Amino acid sequence: MTPGSRQIVFENVSKFYGEVLGVNKVNFSLDPGITSLVGPNGSGKTTLMNLLTGLIKPSRGAIYVLGLTTHQPIEFFRQVGYCTQFDSFPPGTNGYDFIYWPLRLHGFGHDQAAKLTNEALERAGMAQVARRKVAGYSKGMRQRIRLAQAIAHHPSVLVLDEPLNGLDPMARAESIALFQAIAKQGMHVLISSHILEEVDRISDRVVLMSSGYVVAEGQIKEVRREVRDHPIQILVRCSNAAKLASAAFELDHVVEAKILNDGQGVLVRTRDAEQFYLLLNKIVSGGLVEVDAVAPADDDVNSIYQYLIGSDGGPA
Amino acid sequence: MSIQESITRAQTALKEQPWRLFAGQISVLVRNGVRRNLFTRRRIWVYLLALTPVVILILKSIFNRDFNDPSQMENQTLNFAGFVFQLYYLRLGIFFACMGIFTWLIRGEIVERTLHYQFLVPVRKEVLVVGKFLAGAIVSIALFETAVLACFCLTYSQFGSAGRSYVLDGPGLSQLGSYLLVTALACLGYGAVFLALSLLFKNPIIPGAILMGWEAFAPIFPAWAQRLSVTFYLKHLCPVSLPVTGPMAIFMVVAEPVSPFIAVFGLLCLTIAVLVLSCFLIHRIEITYAAE
Repeated sequence: MTPGSRQIVFENVSKFYGEVLGVNKVNFSLDPGITSLVGPNGSGKTTLMNLLTGLIKPSRGAIYVLGLTTHQPIEFFRQVGYCTQFDSFPPGTNGYDFIYWPLRLHGFGHDQAAKLTNEALERAGMAQVARRKVAGYSKGMRQRIRLAQAIAHHPSVLVLDEPLNGLDPMARAESIALFQAIAKQGMHVLISSHILEEVDRISDRVVLMSSGYVVAEGQIKEVRREVRDHPIQILVRCSNAAKLASAAFELDHVVEAKILNDGQGVLVRTRDAEQFYLLLNKIVSGGLVEVDAVAPADDDVNSIYQYLIGSDGGPA
Repeated sequence: MSIQESITRAQTALKEQPWRLFAGQISVLVRNGVRRNLFTRRRIWVYLLALTPVVILILKSIFNRDFNDPSQMENQTLNFAGFVFQLYYLRLGIFFACMGIFTWLIRGEIVERTLHYQFLVPVRKEVLVVGKFLAGAIVSIALFETAVLACFCLTYSQFGSAGRSYVLDGPGLSQLGSYLLVTALACLGYGAVFLALSLLFKNPIIPGAILMGWEAFAPIFPAWAQRLSVTFYLKHLCPVSLPVTGPMAIFMVVAEPVSPFIAVFGLLCLTIAVLVLSCFLIHRIEITYAAE
């Protein structure tokens, strides 16, 4: 069966380096949008990206990108752009040539390649320094010129390995806006990162990895549901915190209700958020408590990560 | 499936290939490869290897301003054919230069951690091998043909008008043509072998030394084994017969003479066969720089 031509599909993919596990039994399929691979160093994020782009071969399983495999390199790499983490460049190259010559290998003529090069340089904010040798670039500039090369041929699938490393806050914001713009055009953007807050903000879905295994994948809220056995935290800002706390304690699924230090709210830990929200509606409609704000307190990647693997997902 | 069907299917598959795209990609790879290997300080030692005899001959002509006795021309022809061309260029200069140039074409990119850029573009790996090989061939042929041409001119310029007459009216020009042909074929043959070795071994120096031994002692091997050496084919194309006694005898052991056409065709076949092997080998390469 040929997997969907709009999806990225990993079918039971494993990679072993001799006896060392790279990734094991990876199974998932991704729709267009921004997907983040999250995990501590050594969890297999880069291995997964290298497998996806054919830089390494799976020991077992198969990978399809928009219905293509790396055995069809011409069709495949017209659709895929990969910004790797390797911080190395051909000796003596400048920013312009670094993008222009790969475009010529794509089969673009001089004029078209030059146009696409200039466009990519503009999008990555590197037009001003394009004629300088890459060896003289700062780390952030090198990161951006690699990004420019990856997007230059307008790929449908953009794979970015730690793309925000080394970027200053301004460049980070610009890069994130660029990823979001690309994703809005119906393309795949696959990003690996250990900066969880950034991933949390920009991702449509996450793939959480640990020690070579995918421990969860899907939309962040879906992933949260996958770990239902772990209580969710809900922060309620309200006028009568003690009353709400005592009402919450009467419910079986509430394991903790902590009044905030300022006395203006309660942090509830519950195994059934929907039941708790029903109770809250009753209390509010009964006029016992005046609620200012309700929000899940741990519905972000970092918290999910702590639940799943007992680590905060930061660098190991 | 019948043979006819197989041939038809193969013909259709070949027709469907984007040959124009391949040609464009090869030209880009050659251009970048030549720039990277010819105009770089890293290749200064190759220039030295190619130009050392030229410098020696220039110095000799500076310090010996009188024209040589024309009766010495035959000796000089033998010296050029034996020591300068067969011993120095064919067995040392071209051999080591090709070892340096061709093993670095792909292995060098692994060392510099830049090979992934070549693997992330819509280029078939076979096209990559051919492009890289042609770049190395152009660099090595350009350098060594220039050097051999310069040495040849310097050798006969020492004889004044007699030397000019030997080259233009005698056998000199055809000898020069043969030397240039052998030089080009040596670069292609050794180049293909070293490219394949670089894909087989992380450190191609030891296999290179073994190859050198193989090439040196091939004349004493059985006839079938001799055909697996580059010098077997080149020896038959060298224009000047060397004496079968003395230090040059090793170059002259010919177990089974072959015609020049077979020699050229045989070497080109050997080159293509080794290149096809390289095309298979490159598919084994994975980008795991940390393991290199």
